[in-house]
Amino acid sequence: MSLSVKHLLGIKELQPQDIELIFQTADTFKDLLQRQVKKVPALRDTTIANIFFENSTRTRISFELAEKRLGADTINFSASGSSVSKGETLIDTVQNILAMKVDMVVMRHSASGAPWFLANHIDAGIINAGDGTNEHPTQALLDAFSIREKLGNIKGKRVAILGDIMHSRVALSNIYCLSKLGAEVMVAGPPTLIPKHIAELGVKVEYDVKKALEWCEVANVLRIQLERQHKPLFSTLREYSLYYGVNRQMLDSLEKEIVIMHPGPINRGVEINSDVADSKQSIILDQVENGVAIRMAVMYLLSGRGEIVE
Amino acid sequence: MGSNIPYLKTLLDNTQLNITLQRLAHQLVENHQNFGNTAIIGIQPRGILLSDRIVMLLRSITAQEHIDYGKLDITFHRDDVHQGSIHLPEPTDISFSIEGRNVVLIDDVLHTGRTIRAAIDALMAYGRPNDVELMTLIDRHFSRELPIQPDYVGQTIDTIITQKVKVYWQEKDGKDEVVLIDQGE
Repeated sequence: MSLSVKHLLGIKELQPQDIELIFQTADTFKDLLQRQVKKVPALRDTTIANIFFENSTRTRISFELAEKRLGADTINFSASGSSVSKGETLIDTVQNILAMKVDMVVMRHSASGAPWFLANHIDAGIINAGDGTNEHPTQALLDAFSIREKLGNIKGKRVAILGDIMHSRVALSNIYCLSKLGAEVMVAGPPTLIPKHIAELGVKVEYDVKKALEWCEVANVLRIQLERQHKPLFSTLREYSLYYGVNRQMLDSLEKEIVIMHPGPINRGVEINSDVADSKQSIILDQVENGVAIRMAVMYLLSGRGEIVE
Repeated sequence: MGSNIPYLKTLLDNTQLNITLQRLAHQLVENHQNFGNTAIIGIQPRGILLSDRIVMLLRSITAQEHIDYGKLDITFHRDDVHQGSIHLPEPTDISFSIEGRNVVLIDDVLHTGRTIRAAIDALMAYGRPNDVELMTLIDRHFSRELPIQPDYVGQTIDTIITQKVKVYWQEKDGKDEVVLIDQGE
């Protein structure tokens, strides 16, 4: 048993066994992170470059912490203030970084498909930390891992992904990940923010958030990505909040207690209200905690690049 | 030689193995008396099959209900991550403090010493023990790559690199036996 891939580019390419293996390994790292000494020297001879062509707080800190806790050396690169603004191409930038003997690249890029492009041109292992509106695999893994931790299992669970599905790489990766693990997935939000043929991925589509909440056991509320919306897709944030935001009143009217998730950063009062985000139903901060363990597992498993010995 | 059929030799049969386990347990009692400040730690995955037995014997010999006993996984402290293979972790279970304790590490076969080096490293992440001793069932004493010696030994054997020692346990493999396998050239 070993990972079927050399890079973590997208969930689409993973087998269900890969995801299980990552979860099992992450369980061990989660234990480790509860200890006094939260560090192991597993990747002490590995250098990892975090290359971020797009803004990030959580993902970047989470990756960096995961790398440090595995004992790896890290370098950080962000596009602003670099030679990218002087017109250097993606391959040139990365080749130059790799020439300094880097073993693994964690990359976020605003162009969908950028990590695949890179994987065709360089030797190092690549982990996609978000590419455009395509995939954000480690986020989907930590989301599914958090559901598994909270509900014990993912198979057969009903998960609704709410909000800006159109511009969300978290949505797409989550759909792939949860479907592969046997969950039922629904997407819900305003018609303008739901891609036309999304049902072909095997998900249910709902335009009424209340109905989606009644159906699901877990609601993953996504951020409205104003920075990616180049034309108006709803009239005002206030209107969006009124019709599609998740609030306390709505949750209290349900007959069951559902689990609330959000990948962050939260627009409080827009897609989710504070009395929901900060309630005990919410596992938003558990998601962040699990992110470190998941990323440690992914990097550890990709670092060997060989057979796993029993 | 030259044949592909593995050559097998029994190092310890069922009876011999159980006599050896009795002796090892008694040697521990001799040095640690009531185990008040002692902690037994088995190394995952195969070492714990030996430590399970030893702890069971210790409980019956000393009539001590409580002996601190933990299991240690050393996967992330190994030094061969980049040699083309990767190991999957087993759970570590140490539910007591090892600070200032006399720790006895237990593994089934002592070969190059690299596992024990990793185990000492992994152990130190849990605290600073007073001292650390090592018990092993089989000591392949000419194969050492690091200066590590056991304090309690079941049997010392001379082996060459192509040979393998396999320890079978009733609980896991359906029999108690230690064999030497020669895989030839």
